[in-house]
Amino acid sequence: MPMLRVENLNKIFGTNPKSALPLVEKGLSREQVREQTGQTIGIANVNFEVQRGEILVVMGLSGSGKSTLVRCVNRLIEPTSGKIYIGDDEVTSMSRKQLISLRRRKLGMVFQHFALLPHRTVLSNAEYGLEVMGVDQTQRTEKAMEALKLVGLKGWENQYTSQLSGGMQQRVGLARALALDPEIILMDEALSALDPLIRTDMQNELIDLQRKLEKTILFITHDLTEAVNMGDRIVLMKDGKVVQIGTAEEILTNPASRYVERFVEELEKSKVLRAETIMRPIHEVIHGGDGPRAALHKIKKAGVSALFSVDSHGKLKGTVPADKAAQLVEKGVKDPKAMLDTNVKSVTLDTNLRDIMTLMVENRQPVAVVDDENTLKGVIVIGALLAAVSEHPESQESEAVESENTK
Amino acid sequence: MLDLDLPRFPLGDYIDCGIDTLREAIAAETSAVADFVNSGITSVVDFLVFFPSWVMMLLIAALAWWITKRLRFTIFTFLGLYLLFNFDLWVATMQTIALVSISTLVAITLGIPLGILAALSTTSRKIIWPILDFMQTLPPFVYLIPAIPFFGLGYTSAMFSTVIFAMPPGIRLTTLGIEQVPKELNEAADAFGSTKMQKLIKLQLPLAAPSIRAGVNQTILLSLSMVVIAAMIGARGLGGVVWEAIQRLQPGKGFEAGIGIVIVAIILDRLVGHVKKSQT
Ligand SMILES: Nc1ncnc2c1ncn2[C@@H]1O[C@H](COP(=O)(O)OP(=O)(O)O)[C@@H](O)[C@H]1O
Ligand SMILES: [Mg+2]
Repeated sequence: MPMLRVENLNKIFGTNPKSALPLVEKGLSREQVREQTGQTIGIANVNFEVQRGEILVVMGLSGSGKSTLVRCVNRLIEPTSGKIYIGDDEVTSMSRKQLISLRRRKLGMVFQHFALLPHRTVLSNAEYGLEVMGVDQTQRTEKAMEALKLVGLKGWENQYTSQLSGGMQQRVGLARALALDPEIILMDEALSALDPLIRTDMQNELIDLQRKLEKTILFITHDLTEAVNMGDRIVLMKDGKVVQIGTAEEILTNPASRYVERFVEELEKSKVLRAETIMRPIHEVIHGGDGPRAALHKIKKAGVSALFSVDSHGKLKGTVPADKAAQLVEKGVKDPKAMLDTNVKSVTLDTNLRDIMTLMVENRQPVAVVDDENTLKGVIVIGALLAAVSEHPESQESEAVESENTK
Repeated sequence: MLDLDLPRFPLGDYIDCGIDTLREAIAAETSAVADFVNSGITSVVDFLVFFPSWVMMLLIAALAWWITKRLRFTIFTFLGLYLLFNFDLWVATMQTIALVSISTLVAITLGIPLGILAALSTTSRKIIWPILDFMQTLPPFVYLIPAIPFFGLGYTSAMFSTVIFAMPPGIRLTTLGIEQVPKELNEAADAFGSTKMQKLIKLQLPLAAPSIRAGVNQTILLSLSMVVIAAMIGARGLGGVVWEAIQRLQPGKGFEAGIGIVIVAIILDRLVGHVKKSQT
């Protein structure tokens, strides 16, 4: 049985939403409905299922109804018509009280701009859901700490959230959802506000976490590359309607609409791009003399899971992963060599993107870029790579919309 | 030109008649309230002047130090109070402090809940907002007029008018503070299963605190600005001294009492500003 099931879901905004329903059911477009009734389609006739343990990505341009859809699931927005089931329970017919209890027990949510409480510490933010449930202090601290540990925020619990970087803040947002141990997590553009470097790291971490926890995730994004990266299946939306549902392969090989085609074309351009043009500068490296403690500090400060290590001439030696450094700190080992992972993937400045992609898909790690003398020049992470491929996804999206509309 | 020979519309008479009727209907209640408030404020004043004035000066200065930890402000407080004592205005000062503090307290305990109500329910907002607009355009003298028939001359009428005059910014700034809470944060509180009350206490009020704090400060300043006007209907205190000086053409005395009001204003404003700040 699917974990989450959405049937004929409609949300119409306006003064008299029901009046537009017959037209919406006839399949008229958002523009037509607006002209004839003055009401705005949020989402129209949406149907899909999410299986237990699946990440379902909802993708579409801005205004396509993604946020409306995800908010209908926990009824932050009241659907105009249609049904939503979580397991056996029909969400759409629940009373206020049942709804609150459902939100507390089964639904976590992560927001685009984090939505953390600025007057609370990291720990107390993570405790929020348990607190409103009335869980006692010791138990909720325990569960919240567990969740913070899962997202790599151990040791940060007493900070205020405004002092943290975007990536860190979103980890808190994730921990807040995980602390409740919900069956379903709703993520509305949860990674969209992060810069590309952090974003790809977070995508990968989320995938790892998902392997461990096997939650059911409804993941919203406007970014095709992110959708391809994250999703078991993708629901493609446009103007409030579902255009296509399928795996990434299905959508890429058989695009059902113009703007998917455009994204695919952009991906093709990758053939001509080279490492040098898409690499990111490196702001922080581990030097030969840095011990595990110093290394760990640098890694945490940079907000990543590993940093490259170089010798005094700037030549690449390997990587230092955070967990390894942390282990050594705990054991009290001081030797810098012990934490070095020499099995590092690197490419030269003129490697073409196809090869880089192949390399990255194989081992899912950031790749170092070096010159002929093995001097570290930059880094390529998947996010930067895909961002480079579609260059300015936002502006191209709006172009795509326009060309669609004028047709 | 407009000599249409229509009879004059007797609005004033109607109002007089309405107030009279109402006054008679609730005479027992209003006089009970008046007695209660009068004796309340009087006993606060009695309490304040019960101590020798130098003890009070030291106590208030100590309070200033304890709350603000600012030496300059503490010295200012002590010297300011001493100056008022020296002007022979000690009792009047205590009366003003009592009236202003109690009026502010009442204005805030009424204003903040009303502000919350207006923020959370559109209906009550639609009722409260126009009343506030109306209240704020009326000159403060007008509040004195209905107060007197109901509560008579004295502290109660003074407090009544002061509270009405000083309350609107507290209401407005509370409402604005709550409305400024970002939409996503409200959604987050809802999404994690907060009840309305939990959302109010755990999210909306803490985030509205700076705005509410500004409202409280404005309330104090407006209460103080009413002391001279309130003196016209029998509130004593520094305002009473000013009012007397005006009537008797004693500009020097009026000026001394005026300085007194400024000193009290500065002390109260700073003290409250700091209390609120150190809470967050
Ligand atoms: N509260 C609202 N009132 C009226 N129209 C809305 C409201 N919320 C969203 N819409 C409209 O619904 C459509 C879908 O919006 P949204 O779900 O936010 O899209 P997305 O998250 O995909 O960017 C848009 O056309 C938007 O203008
Ligand atoms: Mg959105």
